[in-house]
Order: sequence, then C-alpha cells, then structure tokens
Amino acid sequence: MSERERSARHRTVPVLDLDAIIDDPGTRIVVCCGSGGVGKTTTAAALGLRAAERGRSAVVLTVDPARRLAQSMGLTELDNTPRPVAGVKGEGRLHAMMLDMKRTFDEIIEAHADPERARQILTNPFYQSLSSSFSGTQEYMAMEKLGQLRRSGDWDLIIVDTPPSRSALDFLDAPERLGRFLDGRLIRLLMAPAKAGGRSAFKLLNAGFGIVAGALTKLLGAQVLKDLQTFVSALDAVFGGFRARAEQTYKLLQAPGTAFVVVAAPERDAMREASYFVERLAEERMPLAGLVVNRVHRAPAAVLSAARSTAAAEDLEARGEHELTSAVLRLHAGRMQLAAREHREQEHFVSAHPTVPVAQVPAMSEDVHDLEGLRRVGELLAAQ
Amino acid sequence: MRARDTDWDGVRLHVVTGKGGTGKTTVAAALALALASGGRKVLLVEVEGRQGIAQVFDLPPLPYEERKIAIAPGGGDVYALAIDPEEAMLEYLEMFYGMRRAGKALTKMGVVDFATTIAPGFRDVLVTGKTSEAVRRKDKTGRRIYDAVVLDAPPTGRVARFLNVTNEVAGLARVGPIKNHADLVNGVVASPETAVHFVTLLEEMPVQETLDGIGELREAGLPPGGIFTNMVRESLLPASVLDVAAKGRFDAAELALGLKAAGLAEGGADATAVAEALAEEIAEHAHRTRLERRERRSLDTSGRPRYELPLLADGVDLAGLYELAESIHAQGAA
Repeated sequence: MSERERSARHRTVPVLDLDAIIDDPGTRIVVCCGSGGVGKTTTAAALGLRAAERGRSAVVLTVDPARRLAQSMGLTELDNTPRPVAGVKGEGRLHAMMLDMKRTFDEIIEAHADPERARQILTNPFYQSLSSSFSGTQEYMAMEKLGQLRRSGDWDLIIVDTPPSRSALDFLDAPERLGRFLDGRLIRLLMAPAKAGGRSAFKLLNAGFGIVAGALTKLLGAQVLKDLQTFVSALDAVFGGFRARAEQTYKLLQAPGTAFVVVAAPERDAMREASYFVERLAEERMPLAGLVVNRVHRAPAAVLSAARSTAAAEDLEARGEHELTSAVLRLHAGRMQLAAREHREQEHFVSAHPTVPVAQVPAMSEDVHDLEGLRRVGELLAAQ
Repeated sequence: MRARDTDWDGVRLHVVTGKGGTGKTTVAAALALALASGGRKVLLVEVEGRQGIAQVFDLPPLPYEERKIAIAPGGGDVYALAIDPEEAMLEYLEMFYGMRRAGKALTKMGVVDFATTIAPGFRDVLVTGKTSEAVRRKDKTGRRIYDAVVLDAPPTGRVARFLNVTNEVAGLARVGPIKNHADLVNGVVASPETAVHFVTLLEEMPVQETLDGIGELREAGLPPGGIFTNMVRESLLPASVLDVAAKGRFDAAELALGLKAAGLAEGGADATAVAEALAEEIAEHAHRTRLERRERRSLDTSGRPRYELPLLADGVDLAGLYELAESIHAQGAA
C-alpha cells in the first residue's frame, strides 16, 4: 500500500462519538467489554460520570474494580446496592455499585423460594461452591443484576463493566452455559430419584444413566453426588427456567437501546480479542457502538521521524557534541517506534473492520484516584 | 543433574502469573527458553484455552499433547502442552478407572462440561493435576522426564485460589478420589520444588495486585517466587536532567541549539518549536520515571528477588523472545 493510500484510508476510519451515544435518551444500556487489563472498568466509570454530568440519571455496575478506582467513586465496600456518587456536577445523578455475585445469587434464591427451601439451598455445599466460583457464575450474575437494574426503572442509563474473564467472549457464553447446565438433561436425570419419591434411581433409569451415575460416584464420591442431587431438586422447585432467564438477558442485550463499547489497548492480544468480540457481536446481532483504544502513546514532536531522530543522535554522538540533545533524540526515537508499533496493531483491526467507529485515549502516567481523574478520562474519551 | 547457579536451583515447577496485559505468557515462554538453555528439557504448559503459547511462538494451535516447539540457546528443548480440561478429565477417568467409555457418556450428558467449566474447583484440580503429573513423571531409570515445568497460570487475582486446590475442593469433596487427587497436587505445589513468579509492569495497579497476590500466596502456605518487571523502558537521561524536567524547567533553548547542530532545523523558528515539543516529551518521561521509581520501591517491600525485562520496540516476535530469555538468564533467574 502506498503512503497516500494509507493516509486516505486513515481519514475514512469512522470516529466513535461517545457523547452522542450517552446523550441519546434512547440509549439505556452501555456494555463495556474487552480483555483483561485494558482499562474497561475505568472506561465504564468515566462514561457514567460524563453521562451524569451531561444530565443523565446513570448507574455504573462494576464487577471487579481496582481499589483506588472504586474509592474514586466513593465505593468502599462490595455491598451489591447502587450508592450515590458525591461530587457530580450539574443536573444529572450518578450511582455506582460493585457486584457481589454470591449475594446476587442468594437474593434470587430468597426471592423465589419459601424460607425452608431457601435455607436448604443456601446451606448446600454444592450451592456454596457454585455461587462463589469465578467461572460462569460471575458473568451470569452480572447479567442478572443488569436485568434487575433495568427492570427497576430507577435509572435512564445503565453502564456495565464486564467480568475479567479469561476471554472477552466468556461473558456472552457463560450465562448460556450455566442456563443450559441447570436446565439440561443431566439435571433432569439427577432429579429422577427425588421425583420417584426416594426410591432407588438406578432401577428406574436406563443403562446409560447407570454408567454415568457409577462414574460420577467414582469421580466425585457418593456424598458429592447426593449433595448435587439435593441441590438440583431444591433448585428446580424454585424456578425451572434458568435458561429462560439467560434468554431474556440475551434479548435485553440485543435491544436497540443497548450499545456495546469494545475496549482494547494497542497491543496484539487485546486488539485480537477486540476483533473476535466485534465479530461475535455481529453474529449475535448485538448493537456495537464502537471501539475504544486506551493507552495510546503519542509523541508531541511527531514531525521528527524515528529514523531522522536516530540518525541525528548518531551524528551528534560521533562528533561528541550535545550529549543531552542526542539522549533526548534517542528517547524520542523510542517513543516514535512505540507509537508506530501501536499504530500497526490497530491497523490490523481497522482493515478487518473498516466500518467500526474508533476512539483513542492517550496513555496516562498515573491511575485514576478521584472523580477529577475520571472526569479527565471522560473528556479524553469524548475529544476525538 | 548438575545444579546451575541460579536463584531457583531445585525448583521444578515455575508457576507464572500476572495481571492481564502485563505479558505473562510472553514471560512464561521466555523463562521456559532460558531454563532449557544448555541442553535441558522443559515443558511449557498453558491452562486457559487461549492458545497463547502458539501465538507467542507463531505456531498453529496446539493440541492436547506434549510436543517440541522450540530449541533453546545452547541446545535445550522446549515442549509445550495446552491443557484442555475436558480432555484432562477423560484422561483422568481412563488412567485411574479405565473408564474411557463412561467418559464419553459423561461428555454427552453434559457432566464434563459441568465439571470443567461450572465448578472451577474441579477444573483447577484437573489442570494442576495434569501439570503435577508432568513434574513428577520419570523415565525407566527413575530420572525425571522434564528438568523443569513452566506453567502459564491464571491471572494474579485468581492464582492463589487456582493453586490452593485442596482448599477449593474441600467444600465439595471431603473424602473420595477428587480429594485424594487434590492432596497429591498440593504435595507438589506447596513444596520447595515450586515457585510462583509474578509478572508486573511499573504501574500502580499491577504492582498493587502483585503485592496482594504475594500476600495471598503466603497466607495459603504457597511459595512465592520472583517478580518479573516487564516492558521496562530504559532511561537515557541523567538524573539531574530528569529532576529539572520533572519540575517543568527543562531548557528547550539548549536543545534547540543541539537540534541545529544535528542539522535538524533549517529555520530558527522550526528548531524552537520542535525543541519545545521534545521538552514536553521529556517532562512526561521524567514524571513517569519518578512514578516508576516509586513502584520499584513498593515492589522491594515484598522482599522477593526482582528481574527487569526490556520493552521490545518492535513487539514480541521469536527473536524478541530469545532476547528476553537471554536477559532472564543473565540476571540469574534461570
């Protein structure tokens, strides 16, 4: 590709206008997703603050915020309830909460079961493991909480940060997986003894299940199997439709009032994940707003190329003159190189997804500590 | 085997963790290369199904099978294994119970899906179990097959839980085969043959997570290893210049003279503008250097050995990986 073609294409990369999204009263949910360590939670919090200060009544649902970031919004503990954030300017308001997945799960049980049955479930060791585990449950509960916040009608904009999964896609798959499991064939088989009034399950069932039950007993031990059976039958009585709930969540995410913001950093892995995510969202017909690239390194003296800079530094060093200038030039060359590499990593994404709007946020030397810091990030997000 | 003079002599299992975005997989790969150098045999294991090893070594996706992927400097071999929890579970059933067929039935029923994805305790026992098996595996003469195993582990926030398998399954299985298996794994992981290394950047959040992670490991009775600070940018400027620059009092006029001397300015105004832009870069650099110094001091409070790996200007490719391995070796970590 010639230099001219390259720059022509640059001009055509659509710009992600986040203000337009958060200002649109039709936008009810913004989902920030992306791989771990790219600044997803910070982006979500900054968007929430900006939306509130532009007049929205917003709530930010964070899943696993860094301590300092949580403190910047005045969140001191994980208590599963939206708390008002003090210090928001203007007419709007902002609430923030940290997800407590175990409590969210407990609340579902308590809301749907009579006290005795709820107690049975809550004290079951299997339930305790499932509800405090990190794999799947967190994603499911984040979506459950999102649904609750949406149904409450207390906010006109919900901004949700997705769990720090091993892969960005987990967050879309896990609820479905958990739903499928809880609603699946295995569970129905495990429940058979309870339904048969406590008689031996194995007589009633086919040989296939005999093998499975035998294997499970060997693998897990008889006690675990029994715990699992008790848990499953108690849970089933509470609500049969875990899968239906997962499907509801899916529909909510596909609705026109939802905007997905994919967050990345200009590094290979993060950009690759962003690409996967964008493709996956398209497959699921979920509304993508665009890509935010955080931590972009820029060089104020970009007029001076890395090559010219290095050559000049070499020249000065050879002559033994202007030691300081040559060091500065080397530093600048390194910075230009880094910027060029980051540009290449983004270029892969842009060529694969030329219509996806992009916003870039420059790298900052310090983490966000307070509301002012979040406000600054919000300004950078909007200033494209 | 003759011991080398490194900080981790006697360690057979190197667990590498780090916050997302710190380059954990890259460091694990470079560590495996460094450990293999000079004719050793090292297994590099990944457990999260991300095919990170294949990406770092620029290979097609790895199967659930140990295969040679690289030759280390001085002629050692690096093998790789991408553990798939489902496969590990079927293998486990076959190995201990001769139940391959039942395993297939379990897969169909969704049990495997359940055990490996929904209940993380089981999943972790399976993958750490497979890793421990590779650490302990011996040939006919009683010699260990691998001189070392490097495990690219889950991120810092989850690593203590991941490794503390006995605890993880305690609520689910107080007795029985899973419990026994977990105890076996614990025998490897909690021994002096294991070290858990942390990968961090010189930034606030990853440093804090590293310190928290080390604390959690200690609490769980697991052995913390070293700290690998990744993507370190060397500072070319003397401390005195940095101090001045951090205060925003860097002399751009002198720089402009230097730029002219280097032939980078045709007109006088041009050189001044560039010099001012460069001065801005220097001020930022000085500010960052100062923050980095603070983060280094924080890391030192952990009392763990520290290693610094350079930022690779062109990104991580195979050549860069060998460069990092050399740096790890030179600093005595392998």
